[in-house]
Amino acid sequence: MRFKLIAALAAGLLVAACESTPEVVEEDDSAGAVEVTEEVVVEVDPIDPRSERYIEEVLGKRVFFALDSSVLNARSQSTIRRWADWLSEFSDVNVIIEGHCDERGTREYNLALGDRRANAVKDHLVVLGIDPNRITTISYGKERPLVLGHTEAAWGQNRRGDLTLS
Amino acid sequence: MIARVTRFFLVGVVSAALFTGRADAQLDVGVTEGRADPVPIAVTDFNGVGSLADLGADIASVVKADLEFSGLFRAIPPGAFLQDPASLGEDAQPRFDLWRRSGAQALVTGWVSTESDGRIRVSFRLFDTLAEEGLVGFVFRGSEGIWRRIAHKVSDAVYHRFTGEGGYFDTRIVYVHEEGPQTALTKRIAVMDYDGENHRFLTSGDHTVLTPRFSPTIQKIAYFSYFNETTPRVNLLDLATGRRDVLGDFPGMTFAPRFSPDGSSVIMSLAINGNTDIYVMNLETRTIKQLTDGSYIETSPSYSPDGSRIAFTSDRTGQTQIYVMNADGSNQDRISWDLDNRASYSTPVWSPRGDLIAFTKHIPDSDWAIGVMSPEPGEGERLLAFGDLVEGPTWSPNGRVIMFAHETYGFGEDTERVIKSIDLTGYVERTIRTQGAATDPAWSPLIP
Repeated sequence: MRFKLIAALAAGLLVAACESTPEVVEEDDSAGAVEVTEEVVVEVDPIDPRSERYIEEVLGKRVFFALDSSVLNARSQSTIRRWADWLSEFSDVNVIIEGHCDERGTREYNLALGDRRANAVKDHLVVLGIDPNRITTISYGKERPLVLGHTEAAWGQNRRGDLTLS
Repeated sequence: MIARVTRFFLVGVVSAALFTGRADAQLDVGVTEGRADPVPIAVTDFNGVGSLADLGADIASVVKADLEFSGLFRAIPPGAFLQDPASLGEDAQPRFDLWRRSGAQALVTGWVSTESDGRIRVSFRLFDTLAEEGLVGFVFRGSEGIWRRIAHKVSDAVYHRFTGEGGYFDTRIVYVHEEGPQTALTKRIAVMDYDGENHRFLTSGDHTVLTPRFSPTIQKIAYFSYFNETTPRVNLLDLATGRRDVLGDFPGMTFAPRFSPDGSSVIMSLAINGNTDIYVMNLETRTIKQLTDGSYIETSPSYSPDGSRIAFTSDRTGQTQIYVMNADGSNQDRISWDLDNRASYSTPVWSPRGDLIAFTKHIPDSDWAIGVMSPEPGEGERLLAFGDLVEGPTWSPNGRVIMFAHETYGFGEDTERVIKSIDLTGYVERTIRTQGAATDPAWSPLIP
């Protein structure tokens, strides 16, 4: 039920991008009469909810963390809620959660912190009713940055949990 | 962009009272305190006949490079020599007056020959040109293929005679070699002599590998690998056989391995359900013992050289700090105490001498530092080296020099990653020769 709501919402958002080219028919105006017929065709083309595109655009593949923290903020929690609804809908699919860190931290500590972040996401999914056996976690520490650079912006992008299907 | 940390060095009395000109001058070089002028030393090409003359010159150049690496010696250029080294027989007295006039306070000469069994024989003599006496001399025999090791042993003997400490030149480094785009680095474990020679790769690069560490006999390497793509673990590589094993069947990621001083077990971290604790595994019996508990990150364990205590990192205060506990996990005591209580500390590594613990320190909004402290709470902290990011210290076998990973942030996305060394005076910093970008160094004991 909840899922259908999300799908409808997604479709609505995508209207602008769909094949809705206005069709303008102009007739010869030599007769003095101009008749313009405008027909807007809205093709509602819902994304396959099992597609990579759906996961990327509707569910959201990432949650982000503050420095040296594994606390889920409100935005992260709503992302995880969408995942929980989706995983409830598609009970044959399992999920992998990757924990990542920014480059500021020693290698070994960051492996542990990445594990803690991945498990924070997992624990929230379990609270929302997802079977823990459907969730695997892995830490990549600071080994797989999403973006490069040595700025707060880059670091903020790299302190993350990535959700993918297994 | 990043405020530089003011560098404090413990500048003690210069204890290296060298060659005061009297014939009975004490030959002594301080290796921990103050800033001593390097001892001017003449190292002649080792004498040899035919092709052995080239080998003799190669050996001399390795010895010179070793001694200069230490920062305790300065090699006199051969052009300044006033006595022809080729005229020096194995039992001859050098013309000490000529060597003094060429500026040398010490002289190393040597000879290379071939034994009847095909092995090479290398002998050397170290002389004090002021006291006009021989100080030490050795004969080494070995296959020609290991001539570099023989040269390093000559350097170790000279270093030992001057400092009273064991040397660290006949050693190896294992490290993580990096190449490719930064967001998808290929990481391979490589092993080499401490000076970058005899470099070879130990892993293929198919899986990310981190933090290799030598066993005490240098026959095995414990490291972290994503070979198991769902649960990365500590792996054990046998250098003699090339055999690789996953260490133990743990219910989660294992990482941060280090051998016990007797080589019988490996201590490491295990992460389960977001909680990381320290475990020790006996390699013979495969029994496992948990040493820490609680819902904190406890990692980077390192044994004291007598095996009785373990230093480790914990974030139980909300910030990573260094703790020491007994080998059974009892009596956990925090030892890192920053004056402002702002800094975080991690990766403690116990010196082979037992007197100091090297660490990584990070002061928020500032540089990173490598330093040493006493194993007693809040005592003896000294910072030795700094960088945009430095981490992961590893000790020379004599506990006088530390290597570490050093990152320099360039413009934009560029990062230079090298391995550096710093001695305990904080004055002698070197960049270690590696093949390309490098991190996660581990320094071997003296090769058995």
